[in-house]
Amino acid sequence: MRRKDKIVKGGLHYYLQSTSGIIGAILLLFMVVASLCAAFGWLPHNPLDQNVDEVLKGPSGKYWFGTDQFGRDIFSRTFDGMRRSLTISIVAVSIATLVGVTLGILGGYLGKWFDLLITRLSDAVFAFPAILLALAIVSSLGNSWVDTALSIAIVYTPIFIRVARGPVLTAKEMDYIKVSRILGYSSPRILIKHILPNVTAPIVVQIALSLSWAILTESGLSFLGLGTQPPDASLGLMVADAQSLAAFAWWTLAFPSLFITIVVVGLNLVGDGLRDAMDPARRNS
Amino acid sequence: MQVVSRLRRFIFSPTILRIFSVLSTLFGISIFVFVVLRVIPGDTITGSFGIETGVLTPDQIAQLRHYYGIDQSLLLQYLSWMKSFLSGQLGYSFSTGVSVLKLTKSALPVTVELALIGTILGVVIGIAIGMFSARKPGSFRDFAGQLFGLLALAIPGFVLSTAIVTIMANKFHYFPNGLEYMPPWENPWTNFQQMMFPGLVLGIAVAAPVMRTTRSALLETVDKDFVRTAHGKGVAPRKVQYRHILRNSLIPIVTMTGIQFGYLLGGAVIVEQIFALPGMGRQVLNAITKREYATVQSSVMIFAIMFVTINVLTDLIYRKIDPRIK
Repeated sequence: MRRKDKIVKGGLHYYLQSTSGIIGAILLLFMVVASLCAAFGWLPHNPLDQNVDEVLKGPSGKYWFGTDQFGRDIFSRTFDGMRRSLTISIVAVSIATLVGVTLGILGGYLGKWFDLLITRLSDAVFAFPAILLALAIVSSLGNSWVDTALSIAIVYTPIFIRVARGPVLTAKEMDYIKVSRILGYSSPRILIKHILPNVTAPIVVQIALSLSWAILTESGLSFLGLGTQPPDASLGLMVADAQSLAAFAWWTLAFPSLFITIVVVGLNLVGDGLRDAMDPARRNS
Repeated sequence: MQVVSRLRRFIFSPTILRIFSVLSTLFGISIFVFVVLRVIPGDTITGSFGIETGVLTPDQIAQLRHYYGIDQSLLLQYLSWMKSFLSGQLGYSFSTGVSVLKLTKSALPVTVELALIGTILGVVIGIAIGMFSARKPGSFRDFAGQLFGLLALAIPGFVLSTAIVTIMANKFHYFPNGLEYMPPWENPWTNFQQMMFPGLVLGIAVAAPVMRTTRSALLETVDKDFVRTAHGKGVAPRKVQYRHILRNSLIPIVTMTGIQFGYLLGGAVIVEQIFALPGMGRQVLNAITKREYATVQSSVMIFAIMFVTINVLTDLIYRKIDPRIK
């Protein structure tokens, strides 16, 4: 127990040494707090409330980010949209991690035809532009947020299969695994207690990066009209709406765009920081 | 005996194995696309008639299903699609009334041109900024370069495109994509104007990872012994920079460019939509909303073939730039 504490503390220590990691963590904290506020409804206005008298008003004390073509508060919609994007991405990446890591570890450990099937399948999915695949899947599944999350999950599962499978192939040949097998430990025990820890570091980094890609995919789908449906707020949908408005109401485009960028930058920085903290070679440099 | 061993060597030679793996990947994709589009509710009829499907009698629906060929078993549908794909017709698009081949003939050059412009711009910008950054690690110029890399990675193509269209139309009253698309062989100047901005948007998306890879690859190579030797024996610094350091950093850069090509094809879907370019991305998007199986499947297969081809090309380029790879 104590040893574990030390390792965790050590990891945090290394993480805090990277500037990008710290900035990323601050941005991430901000996103989570803002999304929680949106989830509890602590926003200055209801994101769905329309107000005919206050259509396309610029940023002001009452409407911090201005209003859109229906007089809805862009500040509230931006934060609500960010909450929705984050929720969908977290659900999608969780599914992808769970399924991908399980399949990857099993494939790498069991080998033979199962491994061949898994790698071929993930190669096939990998050979696709992500957004195109998500588009095809979501158009068949439907437009609810679960469908969007599911299609993004399918797209990103192969990445986790690949990331998990590699270290397993190396670990499998290690003496301590062979010894465990000779000692007669059950396969599940070897997989969970001895193999899984080898995979955690690359997976954690991959989760952070995949989250940022998932956010981009989700907003891209919404932008094309295949993700979140109006009147619900979504960052991608807001940018799509702004296409015809931005010429005379810059705030309709500027704020949603800014927040997509902040979210993706934050997650990327966290990913970079984690990679630096977990990679022993980089640690010492 | 000798014939057998020679045959065996031929069958297990890297080239043949490579071709086999490419074909099996493509086969996997074709099944995957087919299944994804069928398993899920809704079909060509609900896709093209919408709510009006409810007005149709069960008899009419059955007739339509027969007409579109979707009352057959899945295996038969797959085989008939494969047959028409391999025969080169690629299937039939019901909403436009022509073969998918005809649609693709006009759409594919647009996307290929876009992808080429995007890749070239991306590689040039990415390597330039990567070298600029790596020259003095930790300096202000390094910070600026890395900031570019981060922002280019984080700003989605549709945001950048929307901003460019808005600014160009609003401030300069410039609408390069307001008119119909012009192929380069008909009107090169108009074509250039229409392709410039979408190409740039894709180029920036490619440039970000290329820049990051270039930077880290250069920094790794700079410390190698042969670089010190080159400096020591008095090779001109500029020559060391290009002939020794950059050349030896090219492998990861080429890999990254190959990977990015796939994302670029995906980005083309969105960029073509915003800039009103009649390419493959738009073709897929239209077909998806109309649930035209044949068009979606065949278009996606063409995307997949392009992607796989690029992967093979990347491998060939490796061998060219690094003779050590066999």
